[in-house]
Amino acid sequence: MLAKRIIPCLDVTAGRVVKGTNFVALRDAGDPVEIASRYDEQGADEITFLDITASSDERDIILHIIEACARQVFIPLTVGGGVRQVADVRRLLNAGADKVSINTAAVQDPDLVAEASAKVGSQCIVVAIDAKQVAPGSWHVFTHGGRNDTGLDAILWAEKVAALGAGEILLTSMDRDGTRNGFDLALTRAVADAVAIPVIASGGVGNLDHLADGVSLGRADAVLAASIFHFGEYTVRQAKEHMAARGIEVRL
Amino acid sequence: MAIAVIDYGMGNLRSVSQALEHVAGGEPVLVTSDPAQVAAAERVVFPGQGAMPDCMAELEARGLKPAVLQAAKDKPFLGICIGLQMLFEHSEEGDVPGLGVFPGQVRRFPETMVAADGARLKVPHMGWNRVWQKPHPLWAGIEDGARFYFVHSYCVQPEDEALVTGCCEYGLPFTCAVGRANIFAVQFHPEKSARDGLQLLKNFVSWQPAG
Repeated sequence: MLAKRIIPCLDVTAGRVVKGTNFVALRDAGDPVEIASRYDEQGADEITFLDITASSDERDIILHIIEACARQVFIPLTVGGGVRQVADVRRLLNAGADKVSINTAAVQDPDLVAEASAKVGSQCIVVAIDAKQVAPGSWHVFTHGGRNDTGLDAILWAEKVAALGAGEILLTSMDRDGTRNGFDLALTRAVADAVAIPVIASGGVGNLDHLADGVSLGRADAVLAASIFHFGEYTVRQAKEHMAARGIEVRL
Repeated sequence: MAIAVIDYGMGNLRSVSQALEHVAGGEPVLVTSDPAQVAAAERVVFPGQGAMPDCMAELEARGLKPAVLQAAKDKPFLGICIGLQMLFEHSEEGDVPGLGVFPGQVRRFPETMVAADGARLKVPHMGWNRVWQKPHPLWAGIEDGARFYFVHSYCVQPEDEALVTGCCEYGLPFTCAVGRANIFAVQFHPEKSARDGLQLLKNFVSWQPAG
């Protein structure tokens, strides 16, 4: 049986891994390559790097990080943040990324998803969706760290990017991100049931039960978390053992 | 004396070449689209990603097809992902012929598959799944049922059962590894499959196929 995946996420800026609550109060969590190697040893199924660098002249730093990482970590690597055009996708793939995640640029130009997946294959294209609840059972796609309501319905948008050729969806609840209160399970379930491509749940993990809930109740194919791993609260291995104890198929 | 990774312009081969370098003990790993270099290599790795019709077209356009077919006859040859699929006669993807090294078809997973809990099984089949082995030297040091990283929407259906060296299950049982003489080919990505994937590549770089 296919294992549910656990994906540690590294928010990277200026060459360092940081983690903040809703993008403020960033805490330094260390060297990205070192941290990625540690998660690999702990049995992480993939690693996601999110480049949160603000200035464009620092964009190349992430390429060097991915290059260094790909030389020693032999599991899938996903990179997102600041991807605006197919050339950005190619640069990241050539540096050693296996998948590239597109967020705001997909909202601004949905054809980018079609164009990128036609050029490099759907399996390399992840569309990141930042969603926020606007009414019971209704979520909109937000950009700019949750400040800008695009007016797009998150479920319809997920269906649309799947049809355009996305290979996977990284779904973040902006209501939950940084809260440690658990995933937005209703949102996760609604999107996972709506699309035929894998969905990664993200935003709000505070304990190991949250990870298991994302799979068993949210029906996510993979779960992503950052802070619970970065500061040594839990290892990836502990997370997997916990999920296995809850009857979830994992790679141990 | 080199390991040639065949580059026909379909995506990033860095992962494959870096993983090979990691296990090759200093033997040169050459990412190449030059038929002469493929012919001169000691071993050949035939990767592939994206869509099979594009892969076949690029192979043709770059004049690499004869070199691939020749290598498949006479030297240790490892196919990966679409590099496995292309060895067969025909694919449903774009209704295109493959290289026809092995008799059989490449078919898409049905969209209607469901898991035990009623959740729909997603296509592509993406993630770590168990591989059940049939005896073959390339499985040395790898536990039966070990997990490898997959990402694909199509799978091979060999006509000849004797070709099957590995099976997997996703909604339905499917062949995920085949082997005959000097050829071994896998649907999963050994270069992205952590320790067991590296072990398989290590086995390949020292493999001396009989006869």
